[in-house]
This record gives sequence, structure tokens and C-alpha cells, in this order.
Amino acid sequence: MSDPHIIFSVLITLNALAGGLFLLTAFATVAMRQVLAVLNLFILQSIFLASSAFLLGCQHASVHLFAVAGITLITKSMLIPFLLRRTLNQEVYVRREISQILNIPTSLLIVVALAIFAYFLSCPLLSIADEPFVKSNLPIGMAGILLGAYVVVVRREAVPQVIGILSMENGAFFAGVAIASDLPLIAELAAAFDVLIIAFVMGLLTRKIYQRVGTTAVGQMASLKEE
Amino acid sequence: MTNRIIFNLIQVLVVMAFSPLIMGILNRLKENIQSKRGPSIFQPYRDIRKLFHKDEVISEQSSWIFRATPYLVFVTPIFVALLIPVLTSYPLFFAFMGDMLGGGFILALGGFFATLAAVDTANPYGPMGASRTRMVGFLAEPVFMIVFFTVSFVAGSTIPYIVQKHWVTPLANFFEPSHVLVMIAFLMLIIAEGGRIPVDNPSGHFELAMIDESKGLEYSGKAAALMKWGGAMKFFVLLCIFLNVLVTPWGLAQGETLAEILLAVPLVLLKIFFFVLVLVVIESSFAKLRLFRITEFLGAAFVTSVAAMIIRLLEI
Repeated sequence: MSDPHIIFSVLITLNALAGGLFLLTAFATVAMRQVLAVLNLFILQSIFLASSAFLLGCQHASVHLFAVAGITLITKSMLIPFLLRRTLNQEVYVRREISQILNIPTSLLIVVALAIFAYFLSCPLLSIADEPFVKSNLPIGMAGILLGAYVVVVRREAVPQVIGILSMENGAFFAGVAIASDLPLIAELAAAFDVLIIAFVMGLLTRKIYQRVGTTAVGQMASLKEE
Repeated sequence: MTNRIIFNLIQVLVVMAFSPLIMGILNRLKENIQSKRGPSIFQPYRDIRKLFHKDEVISEQSSWIFRATPYLVFVTPIFVALLIPVLTSYPLFFAFMGDMLGGGFILALGGFFATLAAVDTANPYGPMGASRTRMVGFLAEPVFMIVFFTVSFVAGSTIPYIVQKHWVTPLANFFEPSHVLVMIAFLMLIIAEGGRIPVDNPSGHFELAMIDESKGLEYSGKAAALMKWGGAMKFFVLLCIFLNVLVTPWGLAQGETLAEILLAVPLVLLKIFFFVLVLVVIESSFAKLRLFRITEFLGAAFVTSVAAMIIRLLEI
């Protein structure tokens, strides 16, 4: 097994697997009805992101990609869910029916089209970089961004919208670790801290909305403007 | 040559002999997990034997379709068992008679006739179950097609024996994202086609909520036994395709001696037993979906299979 070629190909396959599961969690975020399930999927997605960063670190033998993986694991799969759980009370999370603008089968079909679109978008870029990790990470990261944006647009509930924004960030990160693997660590740290603050602020905002209106279904608030 | 024909027939006999046992184990484990004792694992055999000894009642209004259907339902899984790897990892005599698509069509033929027979007697519950089965069926069909296309595109062949070799010939192939996603999609497909819990409750007794069971309500005696046995065999065959071709292509007979073939039987049963454990956990931890939520379940399966295909086609 000491042959570097075999290890390299195994790393590529495992990274592609992490990418595939990342994409699957992004799809599942669109399909899920419960708020809690969406949050759990976000945790899972962050774990796949961290494992992809870890595998990249193994391939480039760079310590700071390991650090990125560690930071991602701590902030995104522990701190952010913890913050979101703390700022809102339990009632928001146990509700089953999230209202959506489009129904779920239609959303799933649109989401598939978006994923294919992401692949076509990244096709011209792939011909420049011929690294195998970029080949798998860039289109999947792009699909992650588009799918997160779709969640933000379609859901009428505050918490899934927050998670949509966060998973957009996840997608950008997923593509980013492969493209710019030697980004200085301070930038990664700043990004991680930023996301934490964003999650905190949005959580507080949602909490205020919940206290004022008694619901987090922000999609129904359009009529407030006209008064 | 004669060897391979004999092995092929042994394969069919294994499917016929052990499919009720798998059903029995599944039912027993499901009761056990609800901390009940449950029926004996040999209960399906006893049911089938008892039904064979009973008188048969056929409505005067029914046509030949009603009478022919039990035989078709019984025979179609046997034909499929000739085509797929149940015990051996090398193609047997009839293996090239049809590919995976052919197997799918043969299984669908049995399902089609079961649906027609349910409508035939004009029992109010039969057509309801039949139309619901069709609803699940036509939603499951695109998933099946895309899984099939992906699998045969990856392996470069539509014959299950060749596909099965492809996943493990370097072991790294096993962890390919398209393979894992196809496995997930096919698992959801088996749950839908086998009428297991998130889609349909196989042990329910309430006719209005039935999907799969209500098609066989009108049958009695020998015909009921054949329908029951055929259903068990169909489930067994689906599990064989899933486990031997997609998930765990190990433990099949490599050599051409009778001893190796016979050794493969307990190994295959062990694999199926472990899968049944997983299935029991799935069935016990989910609630049955409402009828119109089934579209979402199969939509998710469809998206999974499409994701497998895009990753395969556009990336590597």
C-alpha cells in the first residue's frame, strides 16, 4: 500500500464520495419538512465539508488544511447549531409542516436542474485547472451555493432560511478549499468567525421576530408593509 | 454445460425454498423489536401449506385473467432468478437470456397481471389497491431506469454478472460516489416496490389503507398460496439483485464444484439476514407516509439517482 499512486487514487475517490454526499445533503435540505431535520442535515453537510478539507490536507500534506477542517468541524457542526438551538425555543424546531412557495416534488426537480446547471457553469473553468480535486469540488461547491440560494428563496420559515444562507457559505467553502488550498490561515479564521457572528445575529433577529409576532413564518409578513 | 444448467436450477430451488423463511425472519424480528414474541420464523411455510389444502372459491363474474394471475405471479420471479447472480459470481447457462432491464420487465409483468386481476372481480378494495400500486409503480419506474442506466454506464454492460465484478475489481471502485448514491436510491426503490413501511404497511389489516395487500384479498386456497409465495420470491429476488450486484458482491461461489455452490447458500442467506436487520430498523423507526407523501419519498429517490448520474457523467 506504500505506492503513492494507489493512495492518491483512494484519496480522490474518498473526496469524490464526500462531495457526492455533500450534494445529497444539499438536496435533502430542500426535501425535508421539519426544521430540526434541516438543522441536522446542515451539521452533516459541514462534516462532509470538513472531511473533504481533511482529505485535501492529506494530499497536499499541509497542516493548515487540517486546521481548516478542525475549524469547520468546531464552528459549523457544533457552535452554530448550538447557537441556533439556544436563541430560539423548542417549539420552532418540533413543528413538522414548513410552508413552502412550491411543493416538494416540484422543488426537487428544479433543484436537479440547478445542479446540472452548476456543472455546466463550472465546465469551462475545469479545463483550466486539471487537478482532480478541483474537478470534483468546484461543481459540487457551486451546486451547493445555488441550492442554498434556492432554499432561501423558497422557504417561508426563518430558521431554514438562515440554514440556506449558511449552506451557501458551505458550498463556497467546498469549492474554495480545492481552488485556493494555500489561502492564509488568518483568512479562514476570519471567515469562520464571520459565519459564527452571522448565525448569531440572524438567530437573535429571528428570536425578536418570534417574540413580537409569535411565529417564525416570515413569508407571511409581506402584508405588514401596507399598513 | 450440463453443470451450469444444473447450477442454474439449484439457484431457482434456493429462491423457492428460502424466500418464505426470509419473510418469516422479517416478521419475527419486527415483532421482537416491539418487545413481543412474534410468530415462528417457519410460519410462512405453514401458511402456504395450509392454503394449499384449502378449497378455492372463484367468483363467477371473473374472467381468465383472475385465474391465470396466481401462476404468473408465481412464475415471473423464477424466470428472473435464472438471470441474476444468486449463488455464483460467474454467468450461468441462462444468464445471457436477458439483462437487468429484461429482469425488470419480467417482474413488472407479474405486477401488471396482479393489478388487472384486482380490478377483474369488482371487489371495491381491489381496484383501489391496484390504482395505488400503479401510482407507486409509475413513480418508481424513472428511478429504476436511471439507476439501471447509471449502473450499466459505469460498468459498461447490462448483464448483472459483469456489473457485479466491476464494483470490486479495484476496491476503490466500491467507494465511488455514484455507486454509493445508486445504492441509496435502490434501497429506497426496494422499500417502495416491496411495500415496506415508509411507503406501505405490509402487516396492516385495514383495507382502506392498504396499497399492496388489497390486490390479493379475493384469492383463496391454492391461488392465495401461490400469490403469497410469489410475493415472497419477488422480494427475495429483489434483495438478491440489491445485495449480490450492488452492495456486497462477495461470498458468491467462484469455482464450478457442487460443494462451493452449496457453501454459497448459507453465505447469501447470512447477507440477506443482515440486510433484513437493517430493514427492520428502518421499518420500526419510521411511520407510514401519507398517500400523497409517497411522491416526495420517490422524488427523493429520483433525485438521488439523478445525482449519481450527473456525478458520473460530468465529472470523472
